[in-house]
Amino acid sequence: MQALDAIVQNYNYAITVFLMVSGLYIVIASGNMIKKIVGLSLFQTSVYLLYISAGKILGGTAPIIDRNYTIYSNPLPHVLILTAIVVGIATVALGLAIVARIHEEYGTIEEDEIFKETGL
Amino acid sequence: MSMFSPETLLVLSLAIPFAAALLIPVFHASPNMREAVTLTSAVLLLITVINLVPVVLAGGSPEALTFKIVDGVSLGLKLEPLGMLFMLVAATLWIINSIYSIGYMRGHDEPRQTSFYVCFAIAISSTMGLAMSKNLFTLFLFYEILTLSTYPLVTHKGNNEARNGGRVYLLILLSTSMLFLLPAIFITYGVTGTTEFTAGGILAGSNVTNGVIALLLALFAFGIGKAGLMPFHFWLPSAMVAPTPVSALLHAVAVVKAGVFTILKVVIYIFGIDTLRMSGQADWLIYFASFSLLAASVVALSQDNLKARLAYSTVSQLAYIVLGAALATTAAVQGGSMHIVMHAVGKITLFMCAGAIYVAHHKTEISDLDGIGRKMPFTMFAFFIASLSIIGLPPFGGVWSKWFLAVGALDAGHQFAVAVFMISSLLNVAYLMPIVMRAFFRPPKGAKPGEPIAIAEAPLFCVIPICMTAFGCLVLFFAADSIMDFIKLIDLKGPAASAAISQSADTIAQLTSGGVSNGR
Amino acid sequence: MSVGLLTSVALAAGAAQAAGGHAVAAKPFILTEHLPILIVVIPLLAAALTAMLRNGRVAWAISLAVSWILPILAVMLILQVEEKGIISYALGGWAPPVGIEYRVDIVNAFVLLIVSVVGAIAMPYALRTVELDIDEPQRAWFYAIYLLALTGLLGMTITGDAFNIFVFMEVSSLAMYVMIAMGRDRRALIAAYQYLIMGTIGATFYVIGVGFLYVVTGSLNMADIALRIGPAFAESSPPVMAALAFIVVGISLKLALFPLHVWLPNAYAFAPKFATVFLAATATKVAVYILLRFYFSIFGSAISLTDLPITEMLLILSIAAMFIASVMAIYEDNIERMLAFSSVAQIGYITLGIALANKSGVAGSVVHLMNHAAMKAALFAAIGAILYRVGTARMSELGGIGRTMPLTMAAFVIGGLSIIGVPGTAGFISKWYLGVGAIEHGWWVVAFLIVASSLISIIYIGRFVEVAYFQPVSEASEKGSDPPFSMMLSIVVFTALTIYLGLDTAWSGQLAEKVAAVLVGGLAQ
Repeated sequence: MQALDAIVQNYNYAITVFLMVSGLYIVIASGNMIKKIVGLSLFQTSVYLLYISAGKILGGTAPIIDRNYTIYSNPLPHVLILTAIVVGIATVALGLAIVARIHEEYGTIEEDEIFKETGL
Repeated sequence: MSMFSPETLLVLSLAIPFAAALLIPVFHASPNMREAVTLTSAVLLLITVINLVPVVLAGGSPEALTFKIVDGVSLGLKLEPLGMLFMLVAATLWIINSIYSIGYMRGHDEPRQTSFYVCFAIAISSTMGLAMSKNLFTLFLFYEILTLSTYPLVTHKGNNEARNGGRVYLLILLSTSMLFLLPAIFITYGVTGTTEFTAGGILAGSNVTNGVIALLLALFAFGIGKAGLMPFHFWLPSAMVAPTPVSALLHAVAVVKAGVFTILKVVIYIFGIDTLRMSGQADWLIYFASFSLLAASVVALSQDNLKARLAYSTVSQLAYIVLGAALATTAAVQGGSMHIVMHAVGKITLFMCAGAIYVAHHKTEISDLDGIGRKMPFTMFAFFIASLSIIGLPPFGGVWSKWFLAVGALDAGHQFAVAVFMISSLLNVAYLMPIVMRAFFRPPKGAKPGEPIAIAEAPLFCVIPICMTAFGCLVLFFAADSIMDFIKLIDLKGPAASAAISQSADTIAQLTSGGVSNGR
Repeated sequence: MSVGLLTSVALAAGAAQAAGGHAVAAKPFILTEHLPILIVVIPLLAAALTAMLRNGRVAWAISLAVSWILPILAVMLILQVEEKGIISYALGGWAPPVGIEYRVDIVNAFVLLIVSVVGAIAMPYALRTVELDIDEPQRAWFYAIYLLALTGLLGMTITGDAFNIFVFMEVSSLAMYVMIAMGRDRRALIAAYQYLIMGTIGATFYVIGVGFLYVVTGSLNMADIALRIGPAFAESSPPVMAALAFIVVGISLKLALFPLHVWLPNAYAFAPKFATVFLAATATKVAVYILLRFYFSIFGSAISLTDLPITEMLLILSIAAMFIASVMAIYEDNIERMLAFSSVAQIGYITLGIALANKSGVAGSVVHLMNHAAMKAALFAAIGAILYRVGTARMSELGGIGRTMPLTMAAFVIGGLSIIGVPGTAGFISKWYLGVGAIEHGWWVVAFLIVASSLISIIYIGRFVEVAYFQPVSEASEKGSDPPFSMMLSIVVFTALTIYLGLDTAWSGQLAEKVAAVLVGGLAQ
């Protein structure tokens, strides 16, 4: 019961773990190259959540000094994640571009078929 | 030549054959010039080496080219009497073998002669380096260069048989050296913090346990695959696919002697003979070498191919020297050192004879040699003389080294080893003499009785070197004394021990009792 | 061209610092104070410049100029570090640990040197091979991508900020995926895709680990984390352990530690020839550096490594790499893939030295970073030359190649001897340090395994040597002849370096020992 409580209270971390694991699972289990990229993107997204959760303080506000507020959230994770999102987009874009080229060359984006053809 | 300092002479001994290796390809187009380069450098090398002899006789140990690579790994040359002896043997026989090579390679019209002479010169250069090495790393470096430079010589024929022979050759020699010799060097450095060859042995002063000594001895004995100790001997028969001059100089002298030389050097300067003997950890090696000695002789009996029989005979003779090192008494080690010389001259003669027979009559099997002595009287008479020297009969050189080895065995209390020497000599008779008998007393196959047989010797370039080395066997019988004087210069005890000896001599004088232990 | 570039960058950097607002505006701009940023900004700006070009030759000339300037900067940095100790460069004038710090000590100065020198030597090789591998409209872009990869690798090495490492890691990785995908062989696309998936997982693992570290220590500056991690570990060890696990697994993917190496053989085999030479010699080396940093300077500095179960794991995986990857190399017909498996095995040596965690062992790892870079670059460059002339790297088709391409094969043999670890070559020096390190640690069996695994390399190197010299000249080999001068130059220099580093180790060995002393010296007992 206590464990369940802990999960419910930290539901943001529970979601992080769920996204992380399901993303990784798709990357490993799927043979479709686009789906793999989707899984990868999901996996990366979980990290954004992990960082943001750590930076957020309940009741806190944006770190702009104001007399009316005393609690501020840590802005640094947000900045980091902005960078990470950019990196993530670049990765997904490049991945999709490569998949598009693969489709041009092989006529398929299923890994098993390509492996069968190339013998890799 | 005396205008050079001893240090320069050391460098020259390394550089002359190496320079020859660089110069030979330049004269690729003119074989006469190319061979002139080989012969000139061989003569220059011998002059250089001979000029070093007085330095060693005067007790000097010049050093050169020392520089540190990393902690524990440094290059360096340092001359000591055992190495000097080895250099003298190798340099002298290089001249003789070069003359022989010219006769053999041209008589047999071998391809790619330029690369043959280049690799040969590199092999000689690394042999010189090995003989002068100051520490284990330098020795290991030249040891491996020697392996690599002889690989193209073993595979010279370029056919499948040569490739397979080369494969075994390279795999056995490289893998034993990497797998056992290199860890042995690691451990030596790990427990003593140095790899420098030191009189009296570097393990002598350190408190290493008997277990470490036993482990190190095993790693060295099997890691030095060139010494041909069973079960890592079969690279030597495989190497016999090489042209005969290679078998003669490299696989009867330079390479295999580099192996036993290394073992002697390790026993004398790394373990220290007293440390090794008193630890009692060498006993297994005595039995192992004895087995190798007898087993190789027995295998030699069964070989019909002449070069293969000689190769197994070499394996057996190498085991004499390993046995001498394992006995680790003064006389045994000195006998082993002397055997390097005696066996070298005898065995090179036998191999050159085998090559001459091949060049003149294309015969390789002993069963085909009926009556060959009448066609090639000089060659086969030389073969007879060298056989007697290998067997160890007076008045030829081989008798002396065997004598000292036997004395050493008695000193060490291993009467059993003396018996091994005796049996082995009988086996030597059994596998060498039938060849001579067959050659002289059986009529050639297909010849009608009473018909005169024309003499058909190998080219003069082949026969003259053979006669020279056969004569050398005789000379060595009388020169043994001076060789022994030279060998006695090897500092077997080290400064600490000799101080202890003089001290104990004082003690003996005072106490008139021999109870003080100084390792004697 | 290059001089103009240098000054413009210098001005930009100076302006950036002046804008930092720390009253440095009045201070005259001194080039040598800005080396840490220059070594990253120069290739970055050059990448932007070449991306705008249309002419491959001009792009090559710019890349060459940049690649030749960088080693000079790296050497200057080493000299500065030797003279003054650690250099801390506050990016944009924000003082660490708040701002991003570029922090140069002897450890990463050494890695900067390796990366920049490899780039400099490999550049001449690019001229002809890129002309063969890449079509003209894309050539300038290829060089831009190469410069980006270089930027990323140098940035990863020089930065003192854990998150900044992630950014540069992705810059270099994305550039590498592109470089690999540009290979002529269509399997290059699959290789690039596989590498992208694995590489991204690795980088994400790394960033998760850094997140945990940030949560427990509140800092991203590595030197600062090292100070804070001890108390954090004492307070709550599970997040720290989780951070260690994520970071080590993530970086192990990047450095291709067995069994996370599956992306590597295809990536090396099908990439453009120049990319193979450059990546094989640098990419995994920088990843190893990151591992060294986290393992020794951060985790090891505060927590006794014996409390962490990671040493045994590294040891076992390293030994597995040394043996299994070597055996896999034996069964490869494609020589590039064979060499790639050999790289996996060699990485095993490097991580083994890390597991030993004593001065000799770590010095072995560090010196092997350099030695392996030299010898593997020589080997891949030689095979690239064969591919260039003959068009195949299949052993079964290359009979007698030693006779038609004598110099190239001679280089291959020397590189091969170094892989085997023959004394007189660079490979021996690495093995010496590792062997002595194992003995010092009391792991005699490991010392034995180190030399035993090198025996397997005799088989796979020897196999090709036999094919090259003993088989009759095959149809393909007849087309062979030694490559053009520009390619031969790179091959010869890499090969000469392999021998030089094996004989004159006075400076490389001493440098490695200093690096090891810094890394091991900070360890908590």
